[in-house]
Amino acid sequence: MSTYPLLSLAIWLPIAAGVIVLLTGSDRNAPLARRLALVGALAGFLVTIPLWAGFDTTHSGMQFVEMGSWIPRFNINYHLGVDGISMLFVILNAFITVIVVAAGWEVVTQKVAQYNAAFLIMSGLMNGIFSSLDGVLFYVFFEASLIPMYLIIGVWGGPNRVYAAFKFFLYTLFGSLLFLLALIYLFVHSGSFSILDWHELPIALGPQIWIFLAFLIAFAVKVPMWPVHTWLPDAHVEAPTGGSIVLAAIALKLGAYGFLRFSLPIAPNASHELAPLMIALSLIAVVYIGFVALVQADMKKLVAYSSIAHMGFVTLGFFMFSALGVEGALVQMISHGFVSGAMFFCIGVMYDRVHSRQIADYGGVVNTMPKFAALFMLFSMANAGLPATSGFVGEFMVILGAVQFNFWVAFAAAISLILGAAYSLWMYKRVIFGAVANEHVAKLSDINGREFAILGVLALCTLWMGLHPQVFTEVMHASVNGLLDHVNSRIH
Amino acid sequence: MFDHFVVPNLQPAASEIFLLVMALAILLIDLFVKDSRRTVIFALSVLTLLGCAVIQYAGSAFVTGVGETTYTFSNMFVDDLMSDMLKLFLYLTVIIVLFYSRAYLVDRSEMNKGEYYVLLLLATLGMMVMISANSFVTVYIGIELLALPLYAMVAMNRQSLAASEAAMKYFILGALASGLLLYGMSMIYGATGSLEITAIAERLANGDVNGNLLAFGLVFLIAGLAFKLGIVPFHMWIPDVYHGAPTSVTLLIASAPKLAAFAIVMRLLVNGLHPLAGDWQVMLMIMAVLSMAIGNLAAIVQTNIKRMLAYSAISHMGFMLLGIVSGVVDGNARLATEAYSSSMFYVISYVLMSLGAFGMILLLARAGFEADTLDDFKGLNQRSPWFAAIMMMLMFSMAGIPFFVGFFAKFSVLMFVIAAGHTWLAIVAVLFSLIGAFYYLRVVKLMYFDAPQDKTPIVDGPDMRLLISVNGVAVAALGLFPQFIMALCVISLRYSLG
Repeated sequence: MSTYPLLSLAIWLPIAAGVIVLLTGSDRNAPLARRLALVGALAGFLVTIPLWAGFDTTHSGMQFVEMGSWIPRFNINYHLGVDGISMLFVILNAFITVIVVAAGWEVVTQKVAQYNAAFLIMSGLMNGIFSSLDGVLFYVFFEASLIPMYLIIGVWGGPNRVYAAFKFFLYTLFGSLLFLLALIYLFVHSGSFSILDWHELPIALGPQIWIFLAFLIAFAVKVPMWPVHTWLPDAHVEAPTGGSIVLAAIALKLGAYGFLRFSLPIAPNASHELAPLMIALSLIAVVYIGFVALVQADMKKLVAYSSIAHMGFVTLGFFMFSALGVEGALVQMISHGFVSGAMFFCIGVMYDRVHSRQIADYGGVVNTMPKFAALFMLFSMANAGLPATSGFVGEFMVILGAVQFNFWVAFAAAISLILGAAYSLWMYKRVIFGAVANEHVAKLSDINGREFAILGVLALCTLWMGLHPQVFTEVMHASVNGLLDHVNSRIH
Repeated sequence: MFDHFVVPNLQPAASEIFLLVMALAILLIDLFVKDSRRTVIFALSVLTLLGCAVIQYAGSAFVTGVGETTYTFSNMFVDDLMSDMLKLFLYLTVIIVLFYSRAYLVDRSEMNKGEYYVLLLLATLGMMVMISANSFVTVYIGIELLALPLYAMVAMNRQSLAASEAAMKYFILGALASGLLLYGMSMIYGATGSLEITAIAERLANGDVNGNLLAFGLVFLIAGLAFKLGIVPFHMWIPDVYHGAPTSVTLLIASAPKLAAFAIVMRLLVNGLHPLAGDWQVMLMIMAVLSMAIGNLAAIVQTNIKRMLAYSAISHMGFMLLGIVSGVVDGNARLATEAYSSSMFYVISYVLMSLGAFGMILLLARAGFEADTLDDFKGLNQRSPWFAAIMMMLMFSMAGIPFFVGFFAKFSVLMFVIAAGHTWLAIVAVLFSLIGAFYYLRVVKLMYFDAPQDKTPIVDGPDMRLLISVNGVAVAALGLFPQFIMALCVISLRYSLG
């Protein structure tokens, strides 16, 4: 174990890098800003590697713990630590930040320094969310991360960006304010803001239900679960490519992560009582949203709805209370980070050239962009859950867990495999195959080295995780079992 | 014949005496200063306030180490840790007000007179007297000493119709509120037989008072206080005065008097009428909810940023009251001091944010141009990324988003609201904060998402730029490290309220 404050570095290094990038000022220094941002993102990624290298997979508790007093007035501490559940997300987040900075390299030409700084700062804040062990610290990072995303959508977004940015911000703020009240309630009853202390706090079922519902509003909006998902398609469609990647790959995971860190262990009885509700909502997301995705004419909207459906799998996995379900859900979250990030990047690649996201404006792209078509194929397949890609592993584990839990739940969940294949591959077919549809497509140039590198790295990750998921699951194993033992032991 | 005359202990009021002497001296000096050399008066005013701060600090428990409460002038005037701390913040606030207003006043020569500075110093004196009041008479003198110079300052720009209207409204409503306050005081005097706040508290504790008369008086007293705080339903003057007054005066009205108003709430309701907490809490609770509702909803439809910030001020004062109504729960005052200290922290944070926001309007204003509509903030990010970032921090802080001080202000108040068991009140408060977030976000939207209408470079001097930068950074820094100010609030109230 390292004695360096690795988690603090993972949080504050990107933020500091973001501030430095901001100092480069106007767009005259754009090349410098880009280079600094890439260096910052890479450095931020490198400091997270030792988290995995030094991780003790046999240990279910918190590792790399940092503890310092922050606001003694309310017993609030700067308390950081990761376990097998959160550690991978810190790394994923740092990794995606590198991708995002690279993805905006030539594409973003307006306010370059601010663009890159926003992503770097957001990356640091989100690392803070994943590694906070203090309720207020978590909340502060959770809410502060809205600010850069609001700006990213609003400044670099599409024509309806103002609406989307406000909807995103207010929707999420609404959820998190009630969450804050639940945190304060827990403090009043325990005298501590430590999440780990709350895990041991005995609470009667009545208050547990209220706490669970307050958590649910915050996390359900963030995930997003049906029926509070409507902000996501708007945000995705209007956000620039980088914004969509971060939203899909990381921001959606925050809500799901919240369920594991807060809802299940703090309100275990309520979680059990309300599990049927959660499973029902998850299945609606999986099936209904899958159908909604099928009819989308806008590619970004389609992938956005597919994200909601995939996140339905995640929440489904959590609330079956089996190791298989929870691990499957976690694998699905990480896999979705790679695949949806790649899907949004692919759409961004086409949008940069044609300036349209409508499926109808494409057709026969394979003729002019063969390399791109091959890689896009892989990600569409992964999105559909093809075996040997990462998309398969998570869904399969969750469905296996569901079969143990209840056949009909598993049956409903399995429908999504068909739907996923339908909407992903049908879109792929309409966009890529066929004759060259119009002169825009005829004039397309294939992906350049930068784009190829980004997609290539993501493709390797997708395949690596699909072929060798043990690397990921062995990290989670002890912590997931610890969590489930804890939850089950506290049910009365 | 003079046997009974004892020279009172002047030491606790040393800074007030210094300020008064200096204000009168400045009035005289101004006779010999040419219009072009008005900076001398500005500098003297700043030095006066710095002198006050030094005197205050040297005599305070921060230096002497004795957190003792001293009374003087026949117990009409009190000097305790709370007054020391609030006054130090007051001097800082007024100094910032002076710096922010300087360029604005220089551009508007009809206002850049010696009287302006003298009136401002006298208003400050009024606030100091309010903070240190231990008698109804002193409270009243302080309030009037604050209000009369403000009426004049609002009307200082004689050419402006809006300013004259605002001054008129302010004066009439202010006079009415003073009347209500006096009426309430006279009835409480009738019920308890004393004007001295600490003596009233003793008589209430002994219980030999006329309850009906007392409750009746309390209602009027609360009405008067509500006017000074600017909370619903006594908020009508706030939007008109904030809007109509010259921005430099709005800056003053929107900042320092909130500290003084908080102080008299503490003096009257906590030092004096704490046994009646059950009664005044209900009244303030209703007013707090209405203030948050009307303030936040009305702010949404404003196109003038001064008016928007006025409604925002109403909602902030409503939120601040939530801490004051959460002190005593079913007669148990165990958490009272802590709860009041959260309100004090809220007021101090709010003053800091309000200074920054109005300072930003002054920064964008120039000769012949008031940057007081929301559209004047369009595209600020393109004109000046740094000041846009400062304004963004201020807006997010006002909306209560971390890592800014406004979040911890709201957080600490909510803490005691929930600890007092008023969960519904906390839910109402956060839902109105959510509505409030909309109009703060709109300012950010105008600055960042829209193209500028006006591309004039920002020309203010380095002092203004530096100070407003420090102001903005302080909002962020105190959001990262709120402990120090929070602890100061707790300690000062613990010593002062017992």
